[in-house]
Amino acid sequence: MTDEKGNRDARDAGTRTQDASHETRSELLRSDTTQLEVVEIREGAFGAPGTGDTSGFGGLTRPVMMPGASQRPFGGWYDEVADRLAAGPGLGDAIEKVVVDRGEITFYIRRQLLLETVTHLRNDPVLRFEFCSSVSGVHFPHETGRELHVAYHLLSMTHNRRIRLEVATPDGDPHLPSVVSIYPTADWQERETWDMFGIIFDGHPALTRVLMPDDWPGHPQRKDYPLGGIPVEYKGGTVPPPDEWRSYS
Amino acid sequence: MSTINDPYASTTDSREGPVFTVTGQDWDTIDASAVEGDHLVINMGPQHPSTHGVLRLVLEIDGETVRDARAGVGYLHTGIEKNMEYRTWTQGVTFCTRMDYVAPFSNEAAYVMAVEKLLGIEAPEKAQAMRVLLLELNRISSHLICIATGGMELGALTVMTCGFRDRELILDLFEMITGLRMNHAFFRPGGVAQDLPEGAIEQLRSTVALLKKRLPEYAALCNANPIFKGRLKGVGHLELAGCLALGLTGPVLRATGYDWDLRKKQPYWGYETYDFDVVTRDEPDAYGRFRVRLDEMWQSLRIVEQATDRLEKMDGQPVMVADKKIAWPSQLSVGADGQGNSAEHIKHIMGESMEALIHHFKIVTEGFRVPAGQAFASIEAPRGEIDCHLVSDGGTRPYRAHFRDPSFVNLQATSVMSEGGMLSDVIVAVASLDPVMGGVDR
Repeated sequence: MTDEKGNRDARDAGTRTQDASHETRSELLRSDTTQLEVVEIREGAFGAPGTGDTSGFGGLTRPVMMPGASQRPFGGWYDEVADRLAAGPGLGDAIEKVVVDRGEITFYIRRQLLLETVTHLRNDPVLRFEFCSSVSGVHFPHETGRELHVAYHLLSMTHNRRIRLEVATPDGDPHLPSVVSIYPTADWQERETWDMFGIIFDGHPALTRVLMPDDWPGHPQRKDYPLGGIPVEYKGGTVPPPDEWRSYS
Repeated sequence: MSTINDPYASTTDSREGPVFTVTGQDWDTIDASAVEGDHLVINMGPQHPSTHGVLRLVLEIDGETVRDARAGVGYLHTGIEKNMEYRTWTQGVTFCTRMDYVAPFSNEAAYVMAVEKLLGIEAPEKAQAMRVLLLELNRISSHLICIATGGMELGALTVMTCGFRDRELILDLFEMITGLRMNHAFFRPGGVAQDLPEGAIEQLRSTVALLKKRLPEYAALCNANPIFKGRLKGVGHLELAGCLALGLTGPVLRATGYDWDLRKKQPYWGYETYDFDVVTRDEPDAYGRFRVRLDEMWQSLRIVEQATDRLEKMDGQPVMVADKKIAWPSQLSVGADGQGNSAEHIKHIMGESMEALIHHFKIVTEGFRVPAGQAFASIEAPRGEIDCHLVSDGGTRPYRAHFRDPSFVNLQATSVMSEGGMLSDVIVAVASLDPVMGGVDR
């Protein structure tokens, strides 16, 4: 397995298994972080660590990786959009990286330049992403300094194209510029993302909860949100919360 | 009923002024001297028969004119997206089918399309044809509900009884094909749960024939009806620019004259091979939207007929991918003792092959793994564009599932459609958006 480490296909990385005897955790991490996004190093197969797992799979160690940054040419109209986006006024450093995966293009945008980026994306006649389909958050607690991600799915009806913008923000400073001034449709969707993830959209006209009750504590779709166990009547036992159920790693 | 002696909500003072509770037919019991001018803030809903479920509208009215309208949602929030993070990829369908309960197949379709994109697989041809068939039948039943409830809110009760009568025909078809009238969980990653049952083709043909006879009744009842037109024409007016800015899709967008329909623009599951037209209309008001929905039902019927013809020729073809690492191992059947796994499958795993039993156990309890990454799928639901954004961390469960529900986004137009109009037109404007609160709140 070690010899093909260098050219491992990003797409297969999530399902690939590796023998722990050849590489230590730190080696696994170091070898791939330059090109791939390591999500997690998983050990065993049944969520039971150490000798508790008698299946023989207890020694498995495998890294789980998100698709890494793509290299040019991206193919099709992707290059045109990427060039045009980078050529926007003051947008030279806006793009952190570009990922083309499963027929979709994702632009990772620096949060300071998000508002300028979407303004350019909407107004430029070659880009013309006049429709914001969806705004949603994703919480990656292990990505230190970039825990909270927001994905914007933009649609250009003029050119019949879809792109995704992804912006990361640290948990300690969960601020992003609001895009409501460009896409009024993002109003409720940003409220939902604030409600569920606690991301503050600066400049939003009225950033209040939309799905949870106004006085609700916490942001339920964060991965660290405590899930309650359910007390079982008559027995004194509890049904454990879902994040403590057996899971298959 | 008098408001003065209401033991549950007596007249109190708030920062905005005195608060009264009126329950209908008793506005004259309010002490007029306590109110300055005609300026009132009223709560419509969350429990109100004409708000399509639990939608709360906060209306600031000046006489009968709406000055300010705010929609409050979240009363049906059930945490479906969060729940899906703790179930397998297959079980996810069972959750998301419950979001927009009037158009459950659209939710399932967006979800399975995103999962299939992540897996890099494509459902077999017959499964795709069955999906198209069910989606289009669902579009008809959903539009019927919209027209029926919209009619009821205007007092056109005949339209409502007709709508529910004809929807029942389609629900019978759903029950025959999927086993359930709603919450089907029938689309699965890799195909559909079950092949068409015996007699389904004949039933489809007779129902389509009956619907063709009955659909003209709505046009006859409403299209030229002066009261109906008087209530709908010019109400909830929103032009194309407003629709795009506020993210409105579906019949609301097509009533502005723009032929944006994902079935044509970004076809999926073979929609490009079906012969149908995109209905548009240059009347961006409640009446135009009603007519678009009416005509779309006819186009859906055309697709249903073509899909039925194709399915008739596909007898015996697979409805699930051949990959045993993804496909659900068993099929349901109805035996003498009720519904359960097919007797043949039980015989195989219990009596013949230990490996088959292990495989069944593994795939049912553990599920399959989906390579890490993210995918986005969009389809044209009856109410507009429904999108599913899925993130996988390479595990047996979704890391994150997000749905962009068209009802949620469309409902943002409530304010712009009702402010400045009459109080009674708020109901027509909201009905023309056709929101389903299960989808709004998820």
